[in-house]
Amino acid sequence: MAKRSNEPFLWLLFSAGGALAALLLPVLLFLYGLAFPLGWLEPPSYQSMLTLISHPLMRLLLFALCFLGLCHWAHRFRYTLYDGLQIKHLNEVIFVLCYGGAMVGTVLAGYLLWTIP
Amino acid sequence: MNDISAHTAYHPRWYRPRVSTYWWLWRWVYLKFILREISSIAVAYFVVLLLLQLRALSHGPEAYAAFQAWLKVPQIIALNSVCLLFVLLHTITWFNLAPRAIVVRVRGKRVPDRLIAGSNYVAWLVVSVAVAWLILRG
Repeated sequence: MAKRSNEPFLWLLFSAGGALAALLLPVLLFLYGLAFPLGWLEPPSYQSMLTLISHPLMRLLLFALCFLGLCHWAHRFRYTLYDGLQIKHLNEVIFVLCYGGAMVGTVLAGYLLWTIP
Repeated sequence: MNDISAHTAYHPRWYRPRVSTYWWLWRWVYLKFILREISSIAVAYFVVLLLLQLRALSHGPEAYAAFQAWLKVPQIIALNSVCLLFVLLHTITWFNLAPRAIVVRVRGKRVPDRLIAGSNYVAWLVVSVAVAWLILRG
Protein backbone atom coordinates (compact mmCIF):
# COMPACT_ATOMS: atom_id res chain seq x y z
CA MET A 1 0.00 0.00 0.00
CA ALA A 2 1.22 3.46 -0.87
CA LYS A 3 2.32 5.64 2.00
CA ARG A 4 -0.49 7.96 3.00
CA SER A 5 0.44 11.61 2.95
CA ASN A 6 -0.87 13.94 5.63
CA GLU A 7 -0.69 16.80 3.15
CA PRO A 8 -4.46 16.94 2.42
CA PHE A 9 -5.20 17.27 6.13
CA LEU A 10 -2.65 20.07 6.55
CA TRP A 11 -4.00 21.77 3.45
CA LEU A 12 -7.51 21.64 4.90
CA LEU A 13 -6.31 23.43 8.05
CA PHE A 14 -4.43 25.94 5.88
CA SER A 15 -7.53 26.57 3.84
CA ALA A 16 -9.89 26.93 6.81
CA GLY A 17 -7.45 29.32 8.47
CA GLY A 18 -7.11 31.33 5.28
CA ALA A 19 -10.88 31.74 4.95
CA LEU A 20 -11.37 32.69 8.60
CA ALA A 21 -8.47 35.15 8.47
CA ALA A 22 -9.74 36.68 5.22
CA LEU A 23 -13.14 37.34 6.79
CA LEU A 24 -12.15 38.52 10.26
CA LEU A 25 -8.65 39.98 10.27
CA PRO A 26 -9.07 43.21 8.26
CA VAL A 27 -11.83 44.62 10.48
CA LEU A 28 -10.17 43.49 13.73
CA LEU A 29 -6.72 44.78 12.83
CA PHE A 30 -8.20 48.06 11.60
CA LEU A 31 -10.12 48.59 14.85
CA TYR A 32 -7.47 47.51 17.38
CA GLY A 33 -4.38 48.45 15.39
CA LEU A 34 -5.41 51.84 14.03
CA ALA A 35 -8.87 53.16 14.85
CA PHE A 36 -8.67 52.76 18.66
CA PRO A 37 -5.00 53.78 19.21
CA LEU A 38 -5.36 56.83 16.94
CA GLY A 39 -8.61 57.91 18.60
CA TRP A 40 -10.78 57.63 15.47
CA LEU A 41 -13.25 55.49 17.41
CA GLU A 42 -14.00 55.03 21.10
CA PRO A 43 -12.58 51.67 22.30
CA PRO A 44 -14.84 49.48 24.45
CA SER A 45 -14.16 49.54 28.18
CA TYR A 46 -12.23 46.80 29.98
CA GLN A 47 -15.44 45.43 31.46
CA SER A 48 -17.33 45.25 28.17
CA MET A 49 -14.33 43.63 26.45
CA LEU A 50 -14.27 41.01 29.21
CA THR A 51 -18.02 40.40 28.93
CA LEU A 52 -17.73 40.04 25.17
CA ILE A 53 -14.81 37.60 25.29
CA SER A 54 -16.15 35.54 28.20
CA HIS A 55 -19.10 34.31 26.17
CA PRO A 56 -18.54 30.60 25.44
CA LEU A 57 -19.21 31.03 21.72
CA MET A 58 -16.74 33.90 21.52
CA ARG A 59 -14.08 31.83 23.31
CA LEU A 60 -14.64 29.02 20.83
CA LEU A 61 -14.47 31.38 17.85
CA LEU A 62 -11.27 33.04 19.09
CA PHE A 63 -9.70 29.64 19.77
CA ALA A 64 -10.56 28.53 16.23
CA LEU A 65 -9.15 31.78 14.85
CA CYS A 66 -5.86 31.28 16.73
CA PHE A 67 -5.53 27.58 15.89
CA LEU A 68 -6.50 27.79 12.22
CA GLY A 69 -4.77 31.12 11.64
CA LEU A 70 -1.49 29.66 12.92
CA CYS A 71 -1.94 26.51 10.81
CA HIS A 72 -2.50 28.78 7.82
CA TRP A 73 0.74 30.60 8.56
CA ALA A 74 2.68 27.38 9.19
CA HIS A 75 1.67 25.84 5.87
CA ARG A 76 2.15 28.91 3.73
CA PHE A 77 5.36 30.08 5.35
CA ARG A 78 6.84 26.58 5.07
CA TYR A 79 6.34 26.54 1.31
CA THR A 80 7.56 30.12 0.96
CA LEU A 81 10.84 29.04 2.55
CA TYR A 82 10.98 25.88 0.40
CA ASP A 83 10.26 27.57 -2.92
CA GLY A 84 11.17 31.18 -2.35
CA LEU A 85 14.51 30.72 -0.66
CA GLN A 86 15.11 27.19 -2.00
CA ILE A 87 16.24 25.83 1.33
CA LYS A 88 14.91 22.33 0.77
CA HIS A 89 17.78 20.73 2.67
CA LEU A 90 16.32 22.16 5.90
CA ASN A 91 12.91 20.56 5.28
CA GLU A 92 12.62 18.82 8.63
CA VAL A 93 13.80 21.79 10.66
CA ILE A 94 11.38 24.15 8.91
CA PHE A 95 8.52 21.68 9.33
CA VAL A 96 9.15 21.32 13.06
CA LEU A 97 9.58 25.07 13.61
CA CYS A 98 6.43 26.01 11.67
CA TYR A 99 4.02 23.43 13.02
CA GLY A 100 5.71 23.39 16.43
CA GLY A 101 5.25 27.16 16.63
CA ALA A 102 1.62 26.81 15.61
CA MET A 103 1.06 24.16 18.30
CA VAL A 104 2.68 26.31 21.00
CA GLY A 105 0.46 29.24 20.01
CA THR A 106 -2.63 27.03 20.01
CA VAL A 107 -1.89 25.69 23.49
CA LEU A 108 -1.32 29.25 24.75
CA ALA A 109 -4.61 30.38 23.19
CA GLY A 110 -6.43 27.45 24.79
CA TYR A 111 -4.92 28.21 28.19
CA LEU A 112 -5.69 31.94 28.04
CA LEU A 113 -9.24 31.49 26.77
CA TRP A 114 -9.92 28.79 29.36
CA THR A 115 -8.65 30.82 32.32
CA ILE A 116 -10.08 34.24 31.45
CA PRO A 117 -12.63 35.07 34.17
CA MET B 1 16.62 -8.79 -15.85
CA ASN B 2 18.88 -10.24 -18.47
CA ASP B 3 22.61 -10.35 -18.66
CA ILE B 4 22.85 -7.68 -21.33
CA SER B 5 21.80 -4.83 -19.06
CA ALA B 6 24.88 -4.07 -17.07
CA HIS B 7 26.01 -1.01 -15.25
CA THR B 8 27.87 1.52 -17.35
CA ALA B 9 29.75 4.53 -16.21
CA TYR B 10 28.00 6.60 -18.83
CA HIS B 11 25.34 8.94 -17.62
CA PRO B 12 23.83 11.82 -19.53
CA ARG B 13 24.41 15.14 -17.86
CA TRP B 14 21.37 16.65 -16.18
CA TYR B 15 20.28 19.90 -17.65
CA ARG B 16 19.46 21.87 -14.55
CA PRO B 17 20.15 25.57 -14.83
CA ARG B 18 20.73 27.09 -11.45
CA VAL B 19 17.88 29.36 -10.31
CA SER B 20 18.81 32.43 -8.34
CA THR B 21 17.54 32.63 -4.76
CA TYR B 22 15.99 35.95 -5.70
CA TRP B 23 14.15 34.64 -8.77
CA TRP B 24 10.92 36.21 -7.57
CA LEU B 25 12.31 39.76 -7.48
CA TRP B 26 12.55 40.41 -11.18
CA ARG B 27 9.05 39.94 -12.40
CA TRP B 28 5.92 41.56 -11.02
CA VAL B 29 3.77 38.39 -11.09
CA TYR B 30 6.44 36.45 -9.17
CA LEU B 31 6.86 39.28 -6.68
CA LYS B 32 3.09 39.43 -6.21
CA PHE B 33 3.09 35.69 -5.55
CA ILE B 34 5.79 35.99 -2.88
CA LEU B 35 4.09 39.02 -1.29
CA ARG B 36 0.87 37.00 -1.13
CA GLU B 37 2.70 34.12 0.53
CA ILE B 38 4.42 36.50 2.96
CA SER B 39 1.00 37.81 4.02
CA SER B 40 0.82 34.67 6.17
CA ILE B 41 3.37 36.31 8.50
CA ALA B 42 0.87 39.11 9.09
CA VAL B 43 -1.76 36.49 9.96
CA ALA B 44 0.58 34.91 12.52
CA TYR B 45 1.49 38.35 13.88
CA PHE B 46 -2.20 39.09 14.37
CA VAL B 47 -2.64 35.90 16.39
CA VAL B 48 0.30 36.91 18.59
CA LEU B 49 -1.31 40.34 19.08
CA LEU B 50 -4.56 38.63 20.01
CA LEU B 51 -2.78 36.40 22.55
CA LEU B 52 -1.11 39.46 24.13
CA GLN B 53 -4.49 41.16 24.36
CA LEU B 54 -6.07 38.10 25.98
CA ARG B 55 -3.22 37.94 28.48
CA ALA B 56 -3.65 41.62 29.34
CA LEU B 57 -7.40 41.12 29.74
CA SER B 58 -6.92 38.20 32.12
CA HIS B 59 -4.39 40.19 34.22
CA GLY B 60 -6.86 42.94 35.03
CA PRO B 61 -7.74 46.56 34.12
CA GLU B 62 -4.23 47.98 34.74
CA ALA B 63 -2.59 45.42 32.49
CA TYR B 64 -5.20 46.09 29.82
CA ALA B 65 -4.64 49.85 30.03
CA ALA B 66 -0.89 49.23 29.65
CA PHE B 67 -1.58 47.07 26.58
CA GLN B 68 -3.73 49.82 25.06
CA ALA B 69 -0.98 52.38 25.74
CA TRP B 70 1.55 50.07 24.04
CA LEU B 71 -0.66 49.97 20.93
CA LYS B 72 -0.28 53.77 20.71
CA VAL B 73 3.51 53.61 20.29
CA PRO B 74 4.20 55.07 16.80
CA GLN B 75 6.38 52.13 15.74
CA ILE B 76 3.63 49.68 16.68
CA ILE B 77 1.06 51.74 14.76
CA ALA B 78 3.40 51.69 11.73
CA LEU B 79 3.86 47.93 12.07
CA ASN B 80 0.12 47.42 12.37
CA SER B 81 -0.50 49.55 9.27
CA VAL B 82 1.91 47.44 7.22
CA CYS B 83 0.30 44.28 8.56
CA LEU B 84 -3.15 45.63 7.71
CA LEU B 85 -2.01 46.12 4.10
CA PHE B 86 -0.76 42.52 3.99
CA VAL B 87 -3.97 41.24 5.57
CA LEU B 88 -5.99 43.10 2.93
CA LEU B 89 -3.78 41.58 0.23
CA HIS B 90 -4.49 38.17 1.76
CA THR B 91 -8.25 38.77 1.81
CA ILE B 92 -8.43 40.06 -1.76
CA THR B 93 -6.22 37.34 -3.25
CA TRP B 94 -8.08 34.70 -1.21
CA PHE B 95 -11.50 35.74 -2.47
CA ASN B 96 -10.29 36.14 -6.04
CA LEU B 97 -8.96 32.58 -5.93
CA ALA B 98 -12.13 31.20 -4.35
CA PRO B 99 -13.80 30.44 -7.73
CA ARG B 100 -10.84 28.17 -8.53
CA ALA B 101 -11.43 26.15 -5.37
CA ILE B 102 -15.22 26.25 -5.23
CA VAL B 103 -16.94 24.90 -8.31
CA VAL B 104 -20.70 25.13 -7.98
CA ARG B 105 -23.07 23.76 -10.56
CA VAL B 106 -26.70 24.75 -10.79
CA ARG B 107 -28.80 22.60 -13.14
CA GLY B 108 -25.69 21.33 -14.88
CA LYS B 109 -24.29 24.80 -15.52
CA ARG B 110 -21.25 26.12 -13.74
CA VAL B 111 -21.92 29.20 -11.63
CA PRO B 112 -19.77 32.01 -13.07
CA ASP B 113 -16.54 32.89 -11.24
CA ARG B 114 -17.67 36.45 -10.65
CA LEU B 115 -20.74 35.33 -8.76
CA ILE B 116 -18.69 33.12 -6.43
CA ALA B 117 -16.04 35.78 -5.80
CA GLY B 118 -18.81 38.34 -5.41
CA SER B 119 -20.64 36.30 -2.78
CA ASN B 120 -17.34 36.02 -0.86
CA TYR B 121 -16.97 39.79 -0.88
CA VAL B 122 -20.55 40.20 0.31
CA ALA B 123 -19.87 37.74 3.14
CA TRP B 124 -16.75 39.75 4.03
CA LEU B 125 -18.79 42.96 4.23
CA VAL B 126 -21.53 41.37 6.35
CA VAL B 127 -19.04 39.75 8.75
CA SER B 128 -17.02 42.98 9.08
CA VAL B 129 -20.10 45.05 9.89
CA ALA B 130 -21.31 42.43 12.38
CA VAL B 131 -17.91 42.28 14.14
CA ALA B 132 -17.64 46.07 14.29
CA TRP B 133 -21.16 46.33 15.70
CA LEU B 134 -20.44 43.66 18.32
CA ILE B 135 -17.31 45.47 19.50
CA LEU B 136 -18.52 49.08 19.27
CA ARG B 137 -22.00 48.80 20.78
CA GLY B 138 -20.80 48.33 24.37
